[in-house]
Amino acid sequence: MSTAASAASSKDKLIIAGRAFSSRLIIGTGKYRSYDQMRSAHDASGAEMVTVAVRRVPLDRSSESFLDHLNPALHILPNTAGCYTAEDAIRTARLAREALQTDLVKLEVIGDQTTLFPDNEQTLEAARVLVKEGFVVLPYFNDDLIMAKKLLDAGCAAIMPLAAPIGSGLGVQNPANLRIMREQLPEATMIVDAGVGTASDAAIAMELGADGVLMNTAIAAAEDPAQMATAMKLAIEAGRLAYLAGRMPKRLYASASSPLQGVIE
Amino acid sequence: MRVFVNGEARELSGTSSLAELITQLELPVARIAIELNREVVRRNDWGSTILQDDDRIEIVHFVGGG
Repeated sequence: MSTAASAASSKDKLIIAGRAFSSRLIIGTGKYRSYDQMRSAHDASGAEMVTVAVRRVPLDRSSESFLDHLNPALHILPNTAGCYTAEDAIRTARLAREALQTDLVKLEVIGDQTTLFPDNEQTLEAARVLVKEGFVVLPYFNDDLIMAKKLLDAGCAAIMPLAAPIGSGLGVQNPANLRIMREQLPEATMIVDAGVGTASDAAIAMELGADGVLMNTAIAAAEDPAQMATAMKLAIEAGRLAYLAGRMPKRLYASASSPLQGVIE
Repeated sequence: MRVFVNGEARELSGTSSLAELITQLELPVARIAIELNREVVRRNDWGSTILQDDDRIEIVHFVGGG
């Protein structure tokens, strides 16, 4: 990395509720083939925050703690995945806070099993309650500007629009909506959550102005998760720098890079 | 007395606190959380929370997720 680029990245932080993160990548802990593989991917990604899910403890066997397999330096972001109502998401968030003594929550209220699209109405309802209870709420939601405004008005610490269905790896399907959201809400912390499949997708999300990207399957389901984690780390840094650099305008026709004068005859 | 733990019916003999239930189930107590009838019970209150017939208890921990 050049001196200028290092300088830019050392003071260019992802801010969530006043907390600064050097890495703009947040990654999941699901779907890895082994704990070793997960740990290598986490290390390679440079991520400082990872998501986890809340589930019933199995009563039939003594279960080891999943959290013991995570690097203790990582910030843990519990999610409310699997919840279909505001009430269940609120209960799940409260349980997570009690168990981890953290006020962070990735709020996820699902509306449909096939698409895993969020139920925006229930998400907003849950967000309002959780913010009042002192949670730092990071809501997963549809790429809707009006919903984003309502979530911010409710006091959410960030907005986390999807780029494509969870686990689909389709890449950014909604660049126009994400760009509009960025332009209309320049002060908001916007983290693209769900849908990226490979490094270029993450770079695109960042070039559109996202402050960060949250992903799980793109890394966990890669043939070599640690290598993909490295690729994602670099893509997010590249995308961020490109966004800050300000890309050239697109044009339909060519514009010569070499002078038109002085060509030999 | 019968209570429901994570949806399963459990017979308990005599009076039992939430803390005693956890001991009886031989669960690791680090980084778990408990709900009694849909309300979180703080860890400090496990010992003083006496279970009643038909109580519904949810005991959760963390697993991999996105």
